[in-house]
Amino acid sequence: MGKTLFDKVWDAHVVDTIPDGPQILYIDKHLIHEVTSPQAFNELEARGIPIARPDQIVATADHNTPTVNQHLPVQDPLSRNQLEQLTKNCDKHGITLYGLGHQYNGIVHVMAPELGITQPGMTMVCGDSHTSTHGAFGSIAFGIGTSQVAQVFASQSLLLKKPKSLRVSVNGTLAPGVLPKDVILYIISQIGTNAGTGYFCEYAGNVFEEMSMEGRMTVCNMSIEMGARGGMIAPDQTTFDYIEGKKFAPQGDAFAKAVSYWKTLPTDPDATFDKEYHFDAAAIAPMLTYGTNPGMGIKINEHIPETGDMTFEKALEYMDFKGGSQLLDTTINYVFIGSCTNSRIEDFRVAASYVKGKQKAPNVNAWLVPGSQQVVKQLKEEGLDEVFKNAGFTLREPGCSACLAMNDDKIPAGEYCVSTSNRNFEGRQGQGSRTILASPLVAAATAIEGKIVDITKTILT
Amino acid sequence: MERFTKLTTTAIPLPIENIDTDQIIPARFLKATDKKGFGDNVFRDWRYDSDGNLNMDFPLNAPQYKEAQILVAGDNFGCGSSREHAAWAIAGYGLKVVISSFFADIFKGNALNNGLLPIQVSPDFLKQLLTSVQENPATKITVDLENQVVEYAGVYTEQGRSTKSEFEIDPYKKVCLINGYDDIDFLVSKKDTIEAFEKERMVF
Repeated sequence: MGKTLFDKVWDAHVVDTIPDGPQILYIDKHLIHEVTSPQAFNELEARGIPIARPDQIVATADHNTPTVNQHLPVQDPLSRNQLEQLTKNCDKHGITLYGLGHQYNGIVHVMAPELGITQPGMTMVCGDSHTSTHGAFGSIAFGIGTSQVAQVFASQSLLLKKPKSLRVSVNGTLAPGVLPKDVILYIISQIGTNAGTGYFCEYAGNVFEEMSMEGRMTVCNMSIEMGARGGMIAPDQTTFDYIEGKKFAPQGDAFAKAVSYWKTLPTDPDATFDKEYHFDAAAIAPMLTYGTNPGMGIKINEHIPETGDMTFEKALEYMDFKGGSQLLDTTINYVFIGSCTNSRIEDFRVAASYVKGKQKAPNVNAWLVPGSQQVVKQLKEEGLDEVFKNAGFTLREPGCSACLAMNDDKIPAGEYCVSTSNRNFEGRQGQGSRTILASPLVAAATAIEGKIVDITKTILT
Repeated sequence: MERFTKLTTTAIPLPIENIDTDQIIPARFLKATDKKGFGDNVFRDWRYDSDGNLNMDFPLNAPQYKEAQILVAGDNFGCGSSREHAAWAIAGYGLKVVISSFFADIFKGNALNNGLLPIQVSPDFLKQLLTSVQENPATKITVDLENQVVEYAGVYTEQGRSTKSEFEIDPYKKVCLINGYDDIDFLVSKKDTIEAFEKERMVF
């Protein structure tokens, strides 16, 4: 029987199998950041265990960093201490760190792919659930807890049970204005937030084949929001073209050799999956969430369901929405374009395409947070910073920002935020904040109009 | 890691589905660089109102559940962020076991790595158990890891249903919990095998 993309990468990394137990999986790349690594460094220090492979670890500061005045000392003492710990730990163990202000600094899941650190066929982990992003390249990438960060520090390996396989296929033609974010929000709204738990997901079909790498990253990023530890897309010419010439990508002959191996990775035609879903691209529209988990999504002009279970009622009460109502015309005072889901150059291009020549609504506070210094640089090269400035927006400096609101970028209690991030949990963007997840295009339109508008009407007329 | 063998105690009912790790420990409390103190802020935004007053309607604050060491929660517990701080917060609060009908993968692993036992039971059993604990907060629950059985002295059972349920656990993880071992010790002991693998692996 044929093998899946996942099987091929997994099997190539199994060091050993424990009878009646887990397998030892070798990890090629370990990404770390300031929030989930300090306790792991402490653990190894306390036990006198050295870091096994410091040259296979890359660190960035992103979760708990300010997005203004990064050149000044960090104000909050706890945050400053956390960042200093990361610097100290990386210095001590010879780990490459792209700290605040560094030209390669950025959100871990934005900076690693754009530097060519992420490659097909790799195993990659990070103490962050959105590590699934890197699966867009055909790598096995997943989030881990801090105990596992310590395990990888100690052995460059993890003890894992092989997950089951799931394939989500989307075929057909997407309507104008439907972005990769809408595709993944639609999938999650259909299959639920735990449909993927215990599984590793592969996305297949012409919709993903035709997507850019940025789009594929947006999709794979949110795999964890349907419970799947990771999501993958078969590497193809789009993948190879994106990687070629990147700083840490294989160069010259090594690149050609790598590509010939990467071409062997796609799922064999006769391979089978434990679970499959099929969707028609034409059924997908720009999406919005109305509740407090990413599965509670509707098409932009759809009505919220009339009634539901206790979880549904609790979510609606928190969001102050009524069953059966529409979200269109809801006044929105906060818009966030950023996060590891949607802060890449393509996301800002699409936002700029809507914003160009228009003015931000006076009631809106819009936070535009590029994913990395490289994205900032490219924005400037393409003149997009001017487009945003002329429309009344201010670009902030890179970081996770209001996606998880660990820093000062918090949405006030009771306020709605149309956000390109990945989670609409209660209080996720600040205590009492109410998140509506959407694509960068819907977010940009909201910022211009000051309320939710049906972009399928505005962009098509 | 602390050992876990057998436990008999009361439980806190939390009949909410999809409890995510942002609710278990909000991001603003993740600034510490050690594992201590997270228990004080477990379920912070549900336990306290916006003025910082205790919300007495929330089960964790109810005096009748003060001594409990088990949390019984709705389906899909621990979804969302990979933050192990969620497991540290629950364990730090003094809880030893979480019972639900479904757990998110990363949380489940994090819990097991901290001696906090996640027990998955059927939706029917969970419903019975939740009702029992809500109707009689003094309901005693016994968790026997060796025999993989959870049992409660119930006041409420649906006809023909048992107050006892077996549960699954990875045999390797069971040995770890009973003996207080963790994965680091094991992986470090496999150093030679890992290094041999490294020599053979493909690198570009």
